[in-house]
Amino acid sequence: MTLHFTNALLIDPEGGEHLSSLTIEGETITAIGGDAPAGATLIDAGGHCLAPGIVDWGVKIGEPGERHRESFRSAGLAAAAGGVTTIIARPDTKPAIDTPETLEFVTRRAAESVVRIRHMAALTKGREGQEMTEIGFLLDAGAIAFTDVFHVSTQTKALARAMTYARSLGALIVGHPQEPGLSAGAAATHGKFASLYGLPSVSPMAEKIGLDRDLGLIEMTGARYHFDQITVAASLPALERAKKTLDVTAGVSIHHLTLNEYDVGDYRTFFKMTPPLRSEDDRMAMIEAVAEGVIDVIASFHTPADEESKRLPYEEAASGAVGLQTLLPAALRLVHGGHMSLSQLWRALSLNPAQRLGLPQGRLKVGAPADLVLFDPHAPFVLDRFKLASKSKNTPFDGARMEGKVLGTWVAGQKVH
Amino acid sequence: MTFRARHLLGIDHLAPAEITTVLDLADRYVDLNRRTVKSADVLAGMTQINMFFENSTRTQASFELAGKRLGADVMNMSVASSSVKKGETLIDTALTLNAMRPDLLVVRHGSSGAVNLLASKVNCAVLNAGDGRHEHPTQALLDALTIRRAKGRLQRLTIAICGDIAHSRVARSNLILLGKMENRLRLIAPPTLMPPGVKDFGCELYDNMAEGLKGADVVMMLRLQKERMDGGFIPSEREYYHRYGLDAEKLSHAAPDAIVMHPGPMNRGVEIDGELADDINRSVIQEQVEMGVAVRMACMDLLARNLRAERGRAALGALA
Repeated sequence: MTLHFTNALLIDPEGGEHLSSLTIEGETITAIGGDAPAGATLIDAGGHCLAPGIVDWGVKIGEPGERHRESFRSAGLAAAAGGVTTIIARPDTKPAIDTPETLEFVTRRAAESVVRIRHMAALTKGREGQEMTEIGFLLDAGAIAFTDVFHVSTQTKALARAMTYARSLGALIVGHPQEPGLSAGAAATHGKFASLYGLPSVSPMAEKIGLDRDLGLIEMTGARYHFDQITVAASLPALERAKKTLDVTAGVSIHHLTLNEYDVGDYRTFFKMTPPLRSEDDRMAMIEAVAEGVIDVIASFHTPADEESKRLPYEEAASGAVGLQTLLPAALRLVHGGHMSLSQLWRALSLNPAQRLGLPQGRLKVGAPADLVLFDPHAPFVLDRFKLASKSKNTPFDGARMEGKVLGTWVAGQKVH
Repeated sequence: MTFRARHLLGIDHLAPAEITTVLDLADRYVDLNRRTVKSADVLAGMTQINMFFENSTRTQASFELAGKRLGADVMNMSVASSSVKKGETLIDTALTLNAMRPDLLVVRHGSSGAVNLLASKVNCAVLNAGDGRHEHPTQALLDALTIRRAKGRLQRLTIAICGDIAHSRVARSNLILLGKMENRLRLIAPPTLMPPGVKDFGCELYDNMAEGLKGADVVMMLRLQKERMDGGFIPSEREYYHRYGLDAEKLSHAAPDAIVMHPGPMNRGVEIDGELADDINRSVIQEQVEMGVAVRMACMDLLARNLRAERGRAALGALA
């Protein structure tokens, strides 16, 4: 099937924004600009934006173990509604994805999703940070990267061995920069807010210490490494320096770019994240770091949680928020706020994660996969969490005024939303 | 008279005029409590449930007496032995209790914000009797009443709060209240027991008692909260007592008529010298306990008035 978009503002993360047309044939983008080929179905984009589909790196899906929170089907629908065309799923499931057999199971189950899903596998057995997983077999079974997610190993020797072994196979490791001894039990970031509300808190330095240790290990082992979330200004100088010599990239969650610690307000547990929300100064520093390319990737860190696990006193409540469907409108706040252009934003949302993970997606050029999102960046709406496609409704944006509506999502040339 | 609050969850929600209203009414209840016949009927027919998820003898007894003196039917739920232990969530407990139609719910809980959460799920008036490290509003109000009666005013005083500030909900409520009433506040503690972000509180900070107490009108000691500590904050109790325990020598740096306060229960010989605590010329610790009952009576009286008014409006609305 051939589709021809006319009158579209193309968002090319490698170029810029320009009003043009785009043709897809089968699963591939075949032309940019030019007239419609004979027999093509015409779509008038009405001047709205056409961009590569988002590659969302670090999505938790509840299979296996917590399907009531999110299934591959519901996650796929949420992603499609949010312009996400590739989900990079996390292995912090129950049990963890730490064997080729479990990985094959989730790969099979993922066929229920309308968007592409690639899986990360655990770096160590049970994500316990002690013994490395069968990294070779897992790579053969399709693991795209290796991570213990939010669990930080204190067994430095075991971690160094896993990194060395992964290096020999060219495997990418995703780490969570945090000094667990400092952050244990914390529900907020050190500061006036945490102290007035009486919440156990962690110093921003815990992230910097974790980052410094991991950078040392990367230098020692030569591992390919991606920091899942950099969220405090104190981490940036070391990260910027390291990127010049080491094979290192970094990401940040959309929540740390759009919310700060005071948004928690009256103990609203939907705002409880890992790591906890930071100060406004840190938030602004992260936005600048994304604009300057020090931070490469913006992701939702979609973490479905049921109502029961959130309707608890703040300290005891589960951490994390859903984000597949709100990533795009939330990220557009950075554009509307004048911090970056649409094509700059799309580098962090699609091009950089795809490149780092070795995927052909995330680009808007001839020959690239036809994974596209058409959206109106200015359409205003008030978010109602009960209208989200996710099985879990734990979004911090409930009732928020947002701008940016997805008009259509295509995966491999097929319309999925 | 101003008092608009529906619940008493913290001092943070109260305006200075509301604080004054509570204290004025509490003054009158002090007089009532000093009579032989101490009963009033302003809460007659109302049900008060005391729900203490953390053990407390003093505060629970104070709330119970306050309710009984005002004529309420008071029930103490011993939560330690209840279904909470069987895995029932806080919200389910709240909903169950709510269905029994209490009018006043007095709650203490070990987690900051737990009382706010509970208050959002029930129809009655909720009084926070202490939540985690967050707030303990009736303690701050009774401290304010004690200060006002001893000093004749609650403004322009130099007040030093000393000790385990990091773990203390009493300190938080007090510094919010005393700050609202425009006093000069000093916090004195070893740096490990200062909460993070304390420099933004608008208080003067000291790690030395002699300097911090200089010229203070009120010296508020805090209990060393051993149960909330998750690791060595101080090297030893004896070193803590030596450097931060209040004794006659350290107190000599304060104003000559400075009063000494402590929210209790005291660790004698840890944060305060036993003899000093009993010195009736300096210590107002026993008065604090007395004021506690009166302040709690005032708070429950005011919340009950608002509750009646709200229900009256609802009934009128239903008729119309």
